[in-house]
Amino acid sequence: MSATTTTSETTTPAAKPRRLRTPYFQVVASLAWKDLRAEARGRELVNAMLLFSVMAVLIFSFALELDRQAQEATVGGVLWVTIAFAGTLGLGRSLAAEKDKGSLDALLLAPVERSALFYGKMIGNFLFTLAVGFLLVFLLTVLFNVNLFRPVLWLIIVLGCLGFATTGTLVSSMSVHARAREMLLPILLLPVILPIIISATRASTALLTELKTEDWLPWLQLLGMVDFVFLLAGFFLFDFIVEE
Amino acid sequence: MIEIEGLVKTFGYFPVLRGVDLHVERGQFLAFLGPNGSGKTTMLRILQGLAKPTAGRVMIGGWEIPRETFAIRQQLGVVSHLPLLYDALTAEENLLFFARLYDLPASERGNRVHSILQQVGLEKRAKDVVQTFSRGMVQRLAIARALLHDPAILLLDEPYTGLDVDAAALLDHLLTEVAGVKDGIRTVIMTTHDLGRAYQHATHIGILSRGKIGYYGPTSAMTADELPRIYAETVGMVTTA
Repeated sequence: MSATTTTSETTTPAAKPRRLRTPYFQVVASLAWKDLRAEARGRELVNAMLLFSVMAVLIFSFALELDRQAQEATVGGVLWVTIAFAGTLGLGRSLAAEKDKGSLDALLLAPVERSALFYGKMIGNFLFTLAVGFLLVFLLTVLFNVNLFRPVLWLIIVLGCLGFATTGTLVSSMSVHARAREMLLPILLLPVILPIIISATRASTALLTELKTEDWLPWLQLLGMVDFVFLLAGFFLFDFIVEE
Repeated sequence: MIEIEGLVKTFGYFPVLRGVDLHVERGQFLAFLGPNGSGKTTMLRILQGLAKPTAGRVMIGGWEIPRETFAIRQQLGVVSHLPLLYDALTAEENLLFFARLYDLPASERGNRVHSILQQVGLEKRAKDVVQTFSRGMVQRLAIARALLHDPAILLLDEPYTGLDVDAAALLDHLLTEVAGVKDGIRTVIMTTHDLGRAYQHATHIGILSRGKIGYYGPTSAMTADELPRIYAETVGMVTTA
């Protein structure tokens, strides 16, 4: 019964690989394509998110019986609260599905920059959240009788969804290893996305209540800055987050 | 090919690997045995670059983990008891996705995917989504995924888990015929609880017990009947035989 402790002599590297790492944007594009393709076929995430959004908006519209002025003042809040909760629902499944089938390991095993995996996953999550945002524009316009078809509002939605998806991808990659990840994700995520939700809500409300440009522009700028910070944080942190 | 010196891995204060030394030659097939919690999977995850060693030195093909993981990952193929595939994608889409991740040249991807699907007997199911596959078919596709980039090293983490008798026999066939594990084409490390299959395939047997290698030797130095006794003595089990 002998434990073997053979020491090394010289080692020759194995056959030279094609390229040490796969090009960054090839990884990002492949992963985003994979998520969109899988979702187009299964429609698990988007269907759940859209259905949740419809129900939430219906509840809000019946629960809040408001006059026109109050509707304009609240519709921005309703929009972002619904995006935040519907988005959290989708984020929970997005990385959990990768983890459960072991495919997250398969991604981490590939000779790719891990931050590229982060951006690839983030793009998928961003587009799914954006789909919810655009659906809500139609729904809220009808149910709250406030015109949400404004180019600047669309820009706020794009920036808000980008920030939400970036932060959400980062936080859900932390919680995905936990046993009670469904509970943990909202608890971790909601405090982190507060700056995004607050600035997006303030910008939306200021715009919809016909305030001056200088009332909504600073919030839009803040939203853009927060997005940038979290996009950068994903680049530097994702490698540490997924490491055991 | 693979050298491990003084490998220690702890989770918090709990040591899983407590000083593992190992040398695996090119073309060798090492079957790792050991009870649950002995550290088999942790060791494979360190070799895959998915977990960092707490202490010790791990070299694969002359490259060191975790410093040179990109070069190492190009050389690794992994088959696990989990499929590591996407249910909602077809067999072909799964392999094309991984072909892009492993940077196979665009002009060769289609042919390579077609050829490997043919080798594992799934060419007629190439356009079917994986969620319609049986467990055995999923495992065949997992082997195709692992071999897609023609890795020099194959890591098999309990690949027989959940397979019925026929599917396990087919996996044996694929490992021998497609992966070429007996021809010395690839260096293979397999963790398993199946002593019979370990003896059947491997050139060497390693037994992990309480985070250390309790036994290591070539299969040629033992008979198939002796392996259960060696295993029981190493892990401290009382045999009823």
